[in-house]
Order: sequence, then structure tokens, then C-alpha cells
Amino acid sequence: MTQYRVLPGPEHFLPPAAASMGIYLPNPGEAHINGVIVPEEKAYEEAARQFLMAQVPTIFPGPLVLWAWNEKAAKKAAAVRKLYEILKECVQPGQKPMLIPMPDYRPKYPKINPEVEINPNHPNLTIWHNKIDCCMFIGVHCHQANLSLKIIRGGTSCYTVAMCAQAGHEDAMLSFRDASVEKILKLGEWIRKLKGTVKPRLTTAKTSASN
Amino acid sequence: MAEIKSHIGTQNKKGQTYTDAWKMMHEAPRNPSFYTGSEVIKEALRRASCDVMIAYPITPQSEAAALIGELFAEGYIGDYFRGESEFAVMSQCAGAAFGGARVFTTTAGPGTMRAMENFPMWAGARLPIQMIVTCRGINSPLSIQPDTIEISYLLNTGMLVWHAETAQDFFDWILKGFMVSEEPEVHLPLALCCDGFFVTHTKDVVNLTPADMCLPPYDPYRSPVPCMDMECPPVRMMRDPFIMKSNYISYATHASWQQEIWAAIERSRKHTIKWINGLIDTENTDAEVVIVASGTAVSQGREAIRLLEDEGVRCGLVKVKSLRPWPGEEIREATKNAKHIFVPEFNVTGWLAKEIKATIPNSERVHAGPHVCGGMTMPPEIIASEIKTALGLRSESLAGRGS
Repeated sequence: MTQYRVLPGPEHFLPPAAASMGIYLPNPGEAHINGVIVPEEKAYEEAARQFLMAQVPTIFPGPLVLWAWNEKAAKKAAAVRKLYEILKECVQPGQKPMLIPMPDYRPKYPKINPEVEINPNHPNLTIWHNKIDCCMFIGVHCHQANLSLKIIRGGTSCYTVAMCAQAGHEDAMLSFRDASVEKILKLGEWIRKLKGTVKPRLTTAKTSASN
Repeated sequence: MAEIKSHIGTQNKKGQTYTDAWKMMHEAPRNPSFYTGSEVIKEALRRASCDVMIAYPITPQSEAAALIGELFAEGYIGDYFRGESEFAVMSQCAGAAFGGARVFTTTAGPGTMRAMENFPMWAGARLPIQMIVTCRGINSPLSIQPDTIEISYLLNTGMLVWHAETAQDFFDWILKGFMVSEEPEVHLPLALCCDGFFVTHTKDVVNLTPADMCLPPYDPYRSPVPCMDMECPPVRMMRDPFIMKSNYISYATHASWQQEIWAAIERSRKHTIKWINGLIDTENTDAEVVIVASGTAVSQGREAIRLLEDEGVRCGLVKVKSLRPWPGEEIREATKNAKHIFVPEFNVTGWLAKEIKATIPNSERVHAGPHVCGGMTMPPEIIASEIKTALGLRSESLAGRGS
């Protein structure tokens, strides 16, 4: 059993891939928090708590839900929008929920516009610029999501959540697997349920020190 | 675009039924057949729902490549052609896999070496291509005979690497290999290796699954990277200044990308264990002497153990099935009681012994040998002799026949 835990960074000059440190992906019906396998229900509660605690809770939808390439993707996109609306309803004054897309995976030159998008090759730029302290990836191809999650863990203190349609992500601090419309909306229900019970952080993430 | 639907239970154009892979491999009746290893490759491919096979002649895989051509003529393979060289073949395999096809190829020896640049590219691009490597000598002077040295070059490419002992392993692992390497969190190429001639050109009884069952088709929409798109990495990164940039972000991306490949190998561990029933097989590992081997060296080791038993020497066996993922923990556990660990190999450098030495505590227990190479056979008597010599027992010379 590994002692390694997937925690908010900045972790290291080059943080290791969590899988290489002995972290395993959850089986169906499970999730992981900090690399520890938990029942999925517990992960909903923790993800909702992290969102409500964050000063800038942010959803990063990727190409698999941004483009209506099949009926399921369109439904997921609507569910993501609903989740964002719920988040806006449930946060307290001073908190600033954001919805920033990852439309594609091309490195952006001469510089990404961090106010309108995030990119897997330099995701830290968007996180630093907007002082994002909790984010959720959804609809990002797994390889690109892992790339981003490692770089975020390396250079920022942002708490990362993955709502993965496949097997999940060890490099996120919290990961669901087999994401569906129902699971996205269930997270929204948990955010509503915990509304007003979680005290938001008063200061921004440690990342501001790295700017 | 229509959503991908399950094909299980439907039929392909040859009348084969797409069958749940686990049921096909573990529950379907088996038919004993007397085949060469090359013929077994063909029979596995018949059941693999393979979209593209690309061939190039090099001994000892040429026969398998030609037999798969017959499968194409019969309508079992989506497309099949001969590349201009091994390098071209592996590049063309990449193109087909980028496009979302299930891709298969075969190579050997100098062909593997010529194509080498492509293998880390396959892994980096997360292409789940399956490549059969029928190992042979690679050096000058030319040898076409069995030699496993080329496997050592594959170990750090980012590919999954398995080493089959028998034709039965080969049949099962070709089909199971697709299931492991196509898992979305793995999605890596597989080098499925065997010892050329010893496996490819000898006949053995192999239990085949029914020919009217086949694997479900590959679903490229579960890939961790988009299907081929010139605007997407890695292609876009290769033609962008990103590849040349000297800054932290560029380095961090490339580093993170490499880490992700090796993370995917780690993720393959649980699927590999499930599908091939563990990364290693063990027998009598409570013995003080243990042979650890892969490929046909396992068969020779098994025979040496029988010879030693006749002389009252008890010896255990570890068959290493998967080299990537590497069964480090399993080998540590299996050798914890051993005072002497022998690693017979069909290559001059002893790469398996080096891997084992780097894995276990008290590595002075490892006897790196016996080695043969360049096509020499490894009689079980020389393994038994080496073990007896190390144990201080009398062993007759096997090298000469002088009076």
C-alpha cells in the first residue's frame, strides 16, 4: 500500500504521475479522494464541499462535451451548464464561480488568453490569472486531462476534480469515473444540499505567490 | 453522429458473432488443433476483428505475415498490404491507428531495430497497435536464428512488452492483448514477443476458441486522445515551435507527456493481471534454488528442474510473462526464500538478469545464466549443470566429447 497522496501543490519541480507512485484508479461505483478509493457517494459530498469552500470554483469543459458530436454529448453539455447555474446560486458573496472551456489541445501562441480558455499544455496560466482554487475537468480526453492535472499539481495549489467518462484520473485530487448526465446533476444536488453549511476560504490560493 | 452501440451478439460480414471477450476467452469451448506458431498467429487474427494488418518480409515472421494475407483474401481483415520497409510499415501502422483502426503487424530482429524510432512515437501518441516480435539475432555477422536481444531494446519505448513461452500463450495473448492495450486508461501499443523458430516454426497442440466467434470491434471513441487530427497534439506539437521552445512550460508539457505514458503502463497492470492471470507464474518458490526466466527459456528451465529432481535437488520456477508492466513486487515475493536465483537467457547480455538484480534485495543471489545466443540451443542439462556447480555438487562437463 503506497503512502503517497494526491494533494494540492505546488508539489515539486516535476511532480510524479500518481500512477507511478502506486495510486490505483477506482472500480465502477467507486471514486478516489487524494488517491484513496472511496464509495462514490462520499466523493460527491467532498467535491461539493470543495466547490463551496473555494473562492473561484471553476468548471473546465473539454471538447467531448463542448461540441454536439452526438446526442449524449449535447445532453452532458446541458448538464454542465445546469451545474454551473447551481454553483452560482449556491455560493456566497465574494465567491466567483467560473466556466472556462478547453476547446482544443493546441499550444497557444504567442500567449493564451487566460480569461477565455484553458489549455492542457499550460493550464497553470489560466489558473494563476483567475486565481482559481478549485476546478473540475469534464469532457477532456483522458491523456490531455492527465497532462493538465499534473502540471496544475506541479505549479499551483488549486484543488482538482475530474468528472471522467472513462476510468478516472489518479492525478486529480478527487476523481469520479463513468461520468454521465445523472452523475453531473447529482453533484449539483449535493452542492444544493450543502449550500450555506460550508464556510468559504477568505484568502486566495497559494498560487498568487507564484504569479 | 450516431453514438457507438454495442456490437455484442451481432454478426460481421464473415458470419462470426461479436462475442464478449471474457466469455470468448474463458468460457467458450476450445478446439485442440496441431499448428505451428505462425499458423496460430493467423488463427488468432481470424478471431480478432482486426481492421488493418501491414506486412514486410523478414525471417522468422514472414510466414505469419503471409498467412495473414490469406486471411485478408478470405475477408477476415479490413485491409492488408506490404510496406516499403519495416520503418515504413510501422509508420503506416501509426497512420491507420491515428485514424481509429485496430492495427496489427509482425516483425523480427533487424526489422524491429530498423523500425525502432516508431515505437516511442506509437506510445507517445497512445496508439494501441499490436506488434508480434518473433525474436532473432540482430547483429553482424547476420544471423536469422533465435536470440532475444531485441526485447531489451523495446523495454524503454513505452510499449507494453509480453514474452510468450508457447504457441498457446501466443494464441491467447494476441486476443487478450487487444483487450488490455485498448483500455482507455492504458491505450498503449503492445509488443508481443516470442522466441523465433522455437515457437513460430514448431508444431504444438493449441486449444483454439470457436472460429465463429470474434472480439468486439475496437471503439476509437474511448481513446484518451482524439482520432487523427492535424490540429491536435502530438501532430500539431511536432509542426509547431512548441517542439523547439526553450522554456519551463514547454519542458513541463513534454515531461508530463512522458510521465503519462509510463503512468499508462502502470495502469495496464491490473488489466494484465486480470487477463493473463498474473504477470508471472510460479512453481515451488519455497525452494532454495529458483529459476526465473521468460519465453522458451522457461520450458528449458522446467526440463532442467525435472532433471535436478531426479538427483534430489529441489528447484522452483518463475515464469515472467509480462516485462512491461514489470512484475517487480511479484518477483520480490516469489524469490524471497531463494538462496540462489538462476536466470537462463537466449541472449548475450543477460538483460532479464539485470532487471531482476535491480528489483530484488540481496542481488548477489542472482546467477546471470546460463546464456546462449546467436541461435544456439540451451539444453536443460547445461542449466542443471550450472545450478549443480553453484551448489558445489559434482557436474559432468557438457562442452566436449573427447576421450
